[in-house]
Amino acid sequence: MARLLSIFALLVFVLHVTSESTGEVVEQLEGEEFTEELLFRPLPDRKVLSYFHFESKVPRTNSYGHHHRLFPKAIYQLVHKYRITEMELSFTQGRWNYESWGGFDPVASSNAKPPGVELWAVFDVPQDQVDASWKNLTHTLSGLFCASINFLESSTMYSAPDWSFRSLSGNLRYGSLPREAVCTENLTPWLKLLPCRDKAGLSSLMNRPSIYRGFYHSQRLHLTSGEFDLVASGHGITLEQTLTIVLQPDALETNAAFSSSRKLQPSWSMNSLFGRTVEGKCALAKSSNVYVQLEGSLVYNMKDTWNDIEGYEGEEVPYEGFGSNPNFGFSVSPDRMMKEVNSFHKEGSSILYGFSIKDYHSSKPFDLGFRWKLPVTWSCVKAPLRASRFLMGSGNEKGAIALSLQSTEWSESLPKAHNDEEKCRLRVDVFQVVPWYIKVYYHTARLFVDGVPQSLGDVIEKMHVSPSEDKVSPGVMETILRLPCDMKSASLTLEFDKGFLHIDEYPPDANQGFDIPSAIISFPDFQTCLEYTQDNTSIKSPMVSKMQEKRKILSYTEVLLVPLTTPDFSMPYNVITITCTVFALYFGSLLNALRRRAGEEERFLKSKDKNTSKLRLLLSKLSAKLRGRAWEPPTSTPPSSSSSPKLISSKVIIKIVLIAAIGFGWQYYYG
Amino acid sequence: MEKSTKKQPWFWTSAVASIITRLVLIIYFPNTLNFSSRPEISTPLTSIRRLAEGYWLKQSSMSPYAGSMYHGSPLLLSILGPLTIDRGEGQRSHLLFSLAFVVADFITAMLIRSIGQLLQIADSQSLKSLGAGRLLKVSGLVPLAAFGWVIASHLSLYPAILVIPLVLLIGSGLDTPPRKLFVQNKYGDDQNELSSDTHRKHKGTTNGTSNLIVFSWRRVVLFFFWASVWAFYVLVLCSISLKEFSGLGEMFKRTYGFILSVEDLSPNIGLLWYFFAEVFDFFRDFFLIVFHINILFMVLPLAIRLHHRPCFLAFVYIAISSVLKSYPSVNMQFSFFLFSGYLGTLLLSPVMHNLWIWRIILVVESVSSMLSHDRALKQATTPVSKKVL
Repeated sequence: MARLLSIFALLVFVLHVTSESTGEVVEQLEGEEFTEELLFRPLPDRKVLSYFHFESKVPRTNSYGHHHRLFPKAIYQLVHKYRITEMELSFTQGRWNYESWGGFDPVASSNAKPPGVELWAVFDVPQDQVDASWKNLTHTLSGLFCASINFLESSTMYSAPDWSFRSLSGNLRYGSLPREAVCTENLTPWLKLLPCRDKAGLSSLMNRPSIYRGFYHSQRLHLTSGEFDLVASGHGITLEQTLTIVLQPDALETNAAFSSSRKLQPSWSMNSLFGRTVEGKCALAKSSNVYVQLEGSLVYNMKDTWNDIEGYEGEEVPYEGFGSNPNFGFSVSPDRMMKEVNSFHKEGSSILYGFSIKDYHSSKPFDLGFRWKLPVTWSCVKAPLRASRFLMGSGNEKGAIALSLQSTEWSESLPKAHNDEEKCRLRVDVFQVVPWYIKVYYHTARLFVDGVPQSLGDVIEKMHVSPSEDKVSPGVMETILRLPCDMKSASLTLEFDKGFLHIDEYPPDANQGFDIPSAIISFPDFQTCLEYTQDNTSIKSPMVSKMQEKRKILSYTEVLLVPLTTPDFSMPYNVITITCTVFALYFGSLLNALRRRAGEEERFLKSKDKNTSKLRLLLSKLSAKLRGRAWEPPTSTPPSSSSSPKLISSKVIIKIVLIAAIGFGWQYYYG
Repeated sequence: MEKSTKKQPWFWTSAVASIITRLVLIIYFPNTLNFSSRPEISTPLTSIRRLAEGYWLKQSSMSPYAGSMYHGSPLLLSILGPLTIDRGEGQRSHLLFSLAFVVADFITAMLIRSIGQLLQIADSQSLKSLGAGRLLKVSGLVPLAAFGWVIASHLSLYPAILVIPLVLLIGSGLDTPPRKLFVQNKYGDDQNELSSDTHRKHKGTTNGTSNLIVFSWRRVVLFFFWASVWAFYVLVLCSISLKEFSGLGEMFKRTYGFILSVEDLSPNIGLLWYFFAEVFDFFRDFFLIVFHINILFMVLPLAIRLHHRPCFLAFVYIAISSVLKSYPSVNMQFSFFLFSGYLGTLLLSPVMHNLWIWRIILVVESVSSMLSHDRALKQATTPVSKKVL
């Protein structure tokens, strides 16, 4: 009986738990969510990376309806109008320094963007409507973000990558505008999408002069939508807005002991970086957190003097201890600490300090300070290969694009890892879009590994080229390279001819040159992922979970600037005049040469006429025949004057009738 | 004739010497004297690199016309394409190509020489025929002529207008002084009261002229028959080679359409690219029509005036079309004349438009000099015939 009772009790308990949990899930699914997060990371070259991460979520329309509290209506309508499954738009100024800021971690891999504007979108529409949707989308975004994204409408500006940019991308369109200048007018509409704008919460830190003063500035909008999934359990729309800024802190308040030493990294605070402090969280945000991330190699390099950290491995960590560290110190003691697990690198695992700002308000603003106590040097984890691209050749006629891949210390450690295999090959995907006026000869592709030319078949696993069509489409090259792991450098060169444009197609500053958008180099063999030990506070951070997503490593190459020959813009009329002169000269003089005979022949005939009457006889016979009259022997006088006026009058009548007919026809058809 | 036979050994030594010079240039200076990428020689239609790209595209199972690289015939890809493959040694394809060009140039030179010899013979004979009429029939093969015409038109479109001189050539024979001369001679002769023996002689002349006027329609019909056969054959070959990619419509659009619509604005020695790079888009179609009409417009007047000299007519047509065509280059049939024109412009003025003006003046002057030559012949023959009589 007791057993039965216990079973019953268990059953009740289980039922209760499941009902509770489903209720919780439903509740979680129901509402809209907004979270704001900010990540600071000291960079090896005395700079600080600030990474704002805002996420808005809305459930599916069929379960939630059309009305939203938090989610921006503009984005919702955009997604529904053009049936967007996924979209990313980024505005970037400056170039991500892959060498010193790293290229392997999730933040770098997803936030290092090419200069200017980059837009890609996946549509859930039939194949033949994708282009139309893309064109409408560019115009909408152009209006929404006050940028010239509408230039991406032209089919010469966007491309449809097959597989190298993202796998399984049938309805994907990709376009970039390297020249686009990014400024406040693009940031303001971006901030408008946040529920608190920049009036409250973390976004109030965005003091325009300080964030545009940075070395790198990338504002990104990424949205995924499960609205059009046939599976009912799909998620709704997720809008991820990130702003990545690399700032140089002013080294003001350095420790007296090391003030003379240049080695000490500059200490910084939110106030010194942005000139502002956070006066409480955005009231609409579900969670509002600030993180400071210390990279694995930094932690490793600090370890020598950092002994007490070794003790804190488990989850029961006394947070109070982290405020005072021999190497560095926070002005505010962190609420929690997360340590990376399953680290790829043996050197060390990165550490994330979390600060919750929900308890701060205007009378007690949150101003996080980070102070270095001991000098430390480290280097970021780089991408497997350092990719760079440059131009070769001189002159305005032709040139060559070279894509160079250099091994980093990271890839040098590769052969050891894959030693047991026969041939260790590193897979590199290259996706390169070249505008049509750079006429690339794809048959001239040459590949050098460590300076030795290689046969393409050995190295290129797969290659897909869609050659550029003049004034219609850009040239797209997608390649999978299999490079030997132990190589030092590899380079791929392609020759091209420079095209010549029509005078109208040149931009206002044509002599500056034309940009070739960044190529995208990705390393699908490697996946970047930072897994942190989840803290027990059970506040799930979208940013941390984004870091835990596995994604392939991307790096963008430089934008190339190609000078093209410019025509003489000032005088199209002169060219037209010269050409027409040449034609007039040709036509006039040739016709003159051909019909010069007339006068001479006449004279000749006249002279003949004096000698002979027979020729004249024949001529008059012929003319009579032509006129259709009976031939009468000619007299010495010219043809009878009576006939000629008649002839003339009939000619005149015919002419008049003809002109009238033409006029009538004209009126009839065009009037 | 005797002169030419005397000159024969000298000619052959010079021919061999020139071939050896070219080979030496090819082998020892492959890069410094590689003119194949110069804009004066390689136009979008004739560029070897574009051909190689087209061949590469075709090899990687794409249409050779994908992208705006290749604008030539698909047959050229099959013939010259394999030569473009770089076999790793780098210079190999370059060498093969140069050798192919040397052979082609040599054959062309021999053909031009034989035409010249024929013309010389015809000229001397027709000069004789002013006194005693003799007719020289063209001994050439009609199917071969038709083949040449079809292939040339297929490859670069503009030789299509050569059909008029070809028909004249086939119908009435090689260059002769105008028939009118004989007609006038006849009247001139008739006017004089003649003795019986001169009258007989004169009858021979009239027989000759009547022979000349005979236009052999049978051969012309044969020519057109063969031309249509070859054209059909070429089209079938093209459609076979383009079968997997796109039909003949694509080929016509990418070759002839490209030639006629002057899409590529890269500089060449012509004048259309500069014009169309600067002209307003609104007028583009109008000027395209005007410029192409300009070539066609002169076809008929020239044919009327020069119908008795088909070879010269052909030369004038080629000259005009190569000055006014959309993508001209110096490796045309009359490169010698152009070369002299270049020298002239180099010495006189390096201004670009001068070059065009010079070339046009060259064409016009040659036409007018030929006409005046005929006129001089005519004027000369009247006293000559009188003297003869």
